[in-house]
Parts: sequence; C-alpha cells; structure tokens
Amino acid sequence: MTEILNSYITSNLIVVLLVTGGVALWRAISRNKLWREAFRSVYRRRRIAVWVCAVYLAIGLSDSIAWVGGGQVGTDAVARHEAKTLLDRAFGDKKEKSYSAPFADAEFYAKSPLRFPGKHVLGTDILGRDVLFVTLKGVRIALLIGGLTTLIAIPLALLMGVLAGFFGKYVDDAVFFVFSVLQSMPSILLLIALITALPKSTLSVCIALAVTSWVGFCRLSRGETMKLRELDYVYAARALGVSELRIIWRHILPNLTHLIVITFALTFSSQVLSEAVLAWLNIGVEGSWGQMIAQAKNELSRDPVVWWNLAAASIALFGLILAINLVGDAIRDVLDPRTARENQ
Amino acid sequence: MLAYIVRRAAYSVVVVLGVLFFLFALFFLVTKPDDIARKAIGDKAMPAVIAQWKKNHGYDRPLWPGPGHMKDNMLVEHYRRMLTFDFGRSDADDSVIMDRIERGAGPSLSLTLPEFVLGLTFGIGIALFVAFFRETYIDRSAVVLSVLAMSISSLLYIIGGQYLIGKELRWFPISGFDPSWAVRARFLALPIVVGLFAGIGGSVRFYRTVFIEDIYKDYVRTARAKGAGEIRIMTRHVLPNAMIPILTNVVTEIPFLLMGSLLLEASFGVPGLGSLTVDAINANDFATLRTMVYIGSLFFVVGQILTDISYTIVDPRVRLD
Repeated sequence: MTEILNSYITSNLIVVLLVTGGVALWRAISRNKLWREAFRSVYRRRRIAVWVCAVYLAIGLSDSIAWVGGGQVGTDAVARHEAKTLLDRAFGDKKEKSYSAPFADAEFYAKSPLRFPGKHVLGTDILGRDVLFVTLKGVRIALLIGGLTTLIAIPLALLMGVLAGFFGKYVDDAVFFVFSVLQSMPSILLLIALITALPKSTLSVCIALAVTSWVGFCRLSRGETMKLRELDYVYAARALGVSELRIIWRHILPNLTHLIVITFALTFSSQVLSEAVLAWLNIGVEGSWGQMIAQAKNELSRDPVVWWNLAAASIALFGLILAINLVGDAIRDVLDPRTARENQ
Repeated sequence: MLAYIVRRAAYSVVVVLGVLFFLFALFFLVTKPDDIARKAIGDKAMPAVIAQWKKNHGYDRPLWPGPGHMKDNMLVEHYRRMLTFDFGRSDADDSVIMDRIERGAGPSLSLTLPEFVLGLTFGIGIALFVAFFRETYIDRSAVVLSVLAMSISSLLYIIGGQYLIGKELRWFPISGFDPSWAVRARFLALPIVVGLFAGIGGSVRFYRTVFIEDIYKDYVRTARAKGAGEIRIMTRHVLPNAMIPILTNVVTEIPFLLMGSLLLEASFGVPGLGSLTVDAINANDFATLRTMVYIGSLFFVVGQILTDISYTIVDPRVRLD
C-alpha cells in the first residue's frame, strides 16, 4: 500500500483525477445559481486568502507531476532512474555540505566556499539541502495530510451520520455507541495509540487523524438528518412511494452539502496543525513542516543562531493555515443559514 | 434525577468496556504480541528469546477464549487487569506502571491546574470584554488577532517562549523541574505562560461566539429596557445564560488536567503523565500507552456525568430524567 502511495505513477494519476474533479466541480458550481453566488461572495470577501490557497495548491500539484529521465537532473546512475517532479526539475540539484545563511558565499560554520554561492535564497539546512526547496516540498505533504484525511473522514462520517439519523433505532444505537467510544478517548492519546500500533507510513498517519476527527461531523450530520427526516417534503416523497435510498440521495444529502463544505475547510487546517504536533513527538510524516520545525528547535540554541530553517517552515505553515482558516470562516459565514442571516 | 444518573453511569460502563475492546483490537490484533516483543528487544532476537520475553510479560496466552482456556487468555486477562487497575509492568523497562502514574500525577497537576484556571479566566474575561464592544474596532481586531493566534502552530509558541523568555530575556529557566514548591514555581512559570498564549486565541473566539449568540436574545433587551447597565447585563444576564456551552467546553479539557499536557511537559522537562506518554511512544512501550488511553477515557466519562449534573445547577430548566 505504501509503495503504491509513493509511486510516481499513482501521484500523476491523482493529479489527473484532481484536475478533472476540479473542473467538473467548477462546472457544477457555475451552473447552480446559489452556489455560484456563494462562491463569488467568498471570493469577494477573502480575495487574497483564496489566491494564497491557489498558490499552495499549484505548488503541491507541480510537486506531484513526476517522470523519469529527461534533463540533466542528478549526476549518478541511481538519480537518473528516479522520478523527478516538476518542482525538482525547477530547482535542480543544488546540494551543499552543511548550514549556510541566506545568500551566503561560504558555509556558516566551516567557512569553506559553497558550490552555488549566493543561490540559496533561504540558506541551506544541516544536510546542505536548499531550505526554500525543502519548504516547497513540504507543501505537497501538508496538502496530502489535510486532503487525504478529510477525504477519509468526511465520507465515513457522512455515511454513518446519515444512516443513523435516517433509520434510527438499532442503526442509531450502534453508531452512537461507536462514536461514544471513540470520543471518550482523549484525541491526542488516541492518535498516538493508532499511529504506534499501525505500520509506519503516511497513510497510517492520515488514517489515525481521520479516525480521531470524523466523530464531530458524524454527530452533526446525524442531528441534521434527524431534523430533515421529519420535514413535510420527506413525508410527501414517502407517500408517493419513493424508496428510502432515493429520499436520502435527493432530499437529505443536498441539504447537508453546505455542512460538508464548511467542515472540509475547517478540519483541513486542524489536521495539518495536528500533524505538526505528531512530528514533534517523532511520529509525524517524513518531510513535513512539523518535522522541519521539530528539527529546528535545537538550532536556536546554537551560537550564532541558525534561524532560516525554522522561519521558512513556520511561515509556510502559518500562511497555509491562516489562508484556509480565513477562507473557511468566509465559507461558513456565507453558507451557514444561522450566521448568514446575522450578516445581512 | 438519580434514575438518570444511574442509567447514564451504566451506559458509561458499557462505553468504557467498548474502549477496552478497541484497545485490545489495536494492541493485540493489529499489533501482535510478537511485534510488541520485537519492538521491545530488537528485530533480530532469537525465537527462544522472544518466547521468553512474551512469557515474562504475559503475552504468551492464546488471544481469544476457547475450549480449555476460557479464563486464561489475552482478552479476559486484558479486561481483568484494566478493570482492577492492575496495569502490570512496562514493556520497555519493567517498571510498575501504576507507580509511575502515581508519581507523574502531581507534577502534571501542578502544571495543568494553574494553566487551566488562568486560561479559563482570561479566555472568558477577554471574550466578555470583546463582546461588550461588539461591532467596533476593538471587536474586529480581537477577532482578527485570535484567528492569527490560532493559525500559529503550538510548537512555535513553545520554541518562541523558550528562546525569547528563556534564552534572551533570562526571566525563567528554559526547562526543568524540582519537587520543592518555591523552585518548582520558577520552572513552571514558562510552560504556563506558553500554554496560555497558545490557547488564548481559540478560547476567546469560542467564548465570544457564545456570548454574541446570547446578546441579541429577548431577555437582554428586556433587561436593557428595565434600565440595567451594560456591565450588569454582561455579567449578571449574559454570562450565567452562556454557562451551558462554557461547561461543555470545560469538561472536554478535564481529562487533560490529569493526563498532563503532552507537548508542554515533553518540551519543558516536567516529569508528569504527559512525559510518561511521550517516553512510552519513543520506547514502544505499548503496555503504558494502552493504560494511559484507558485512564484518559475513564476521566472523560466521569467528567461527562459531572457536566450533566452541573447543567441542572446552572440552568434550572434542565431536568435530568
């Protein structure tokens, strides 16, 4: 499973799927007047944040499109057979031996001349990797953590919540019991338990984050479904002999879409922040900003201080989280009927 | 009310039994006893050594009950140990887990309790202040500030606090702990301040929303019509009515009071339950990890029952039946 996830063919395939999905979604939105208005209003409120999100997404995608060979990337035989992403190719192979400050001509401690003097905009880290490059590589990982986790958690929560709310009785009892059990374990401990017990991989971290985060949305969608189930048009549909599944599909789910969109935006950022905490505890994802920050904590005690590593990772993380939080808030203000009324 | 509490407690017992089964599935079925043994003594250990280790740590029984071993199996043994609080020994260094938990509870509480009380006071206080000035620049800038504060990873608060207050300003020691209260206070000041800053954005935003929701209700208008001052409205009318969401939020924090703050303890060298958990992660100490999760869920379940009871105290309309 891990190999499939790490293979560049899957990665390219996912890019294709994401782009076609994005285009399809875009067309669906532009056809529906309400959604079109809502997204225009979000864009008007948070123009910069939306663009920042788009830039992050573009970097993440450019780091996902990869192919083997072509170009002068890598010098030895092994490197020639490794798949390189668009981002790798844009940066090339600019490795140094150790720390160097931004735009420096020589190494930070040894003072020996660099191979690429003045070319490292954000300096290099302890292994001599270009910090700007490593930070940009983190974009894809952050998006993967946030995206994959939400894509596991939301459908699961929605399925369980809608079934429990709609059918009630035993189904509801069972679902309620499952989320009571999961909720009663403090989430950070549950996360740790899951990650240590599952095999060590990016997917495991995402599954663990998903298991700890689906409960809230499941509770919410269960409650909403219970309310919707009692509405007149559902009774009317049932009287006309519409099947239960079709009622769920045509009358319940469309009324939950705004909740799905809001939850997607708001859980995305909290997943990325949770991963940073996990990285600090040495159980995060390889190459994430959290890991960069965790490694950089000892660099501040050096003298003179190595600051660029920490600064780059923190600013990248902060920028992504802030942009998503702002867009998420705007989406909630626009789509949530309760706050939407307040704002009028 | 008594009938409700009994029923509620009975359901909680069922939930805790469910948690125990979840832990069994995670730590015995997903991670098999052989994996635990290999992680504890090394990948290349001889089969005989692994068998001996499993025997010493009680991992050599069959997993499920079956003919001939209805009582002597992992499932029954797991439930028996957890329910009687006989947690056994650590998988990593053979220390008695219960002793370590008892030793860690004190340091954890001395960090989390002041942080919790201060965080709650500041959070509610600032939120009341902000809600009082709603729809002015004070309110808007407070909302912007709290979103900014929430977007910063808690790791940065720790690093920033240690660097700025600990290394540059030298107000407090960077990390460490001491049993004597006078020295302990100096060591704990920095983690408490850092914890406060890390949490204040989220709580101000949450409590502000709670207060703003109540501020437009009819009873506030009535109070204003009767001539009550704005300060009196905020403290005597809005605050008591907002107690239910506040209490709900407070209860989710209770398990962490005793379980300790993982990040803060590990980064500031406080030898509490949080550090115990972090050590257990690094040492692949599964016995300690599952014990900590179990204890955490016990606290949560008890906390929930207490919240339900406290609802009836803060809101006379709530009847538990």
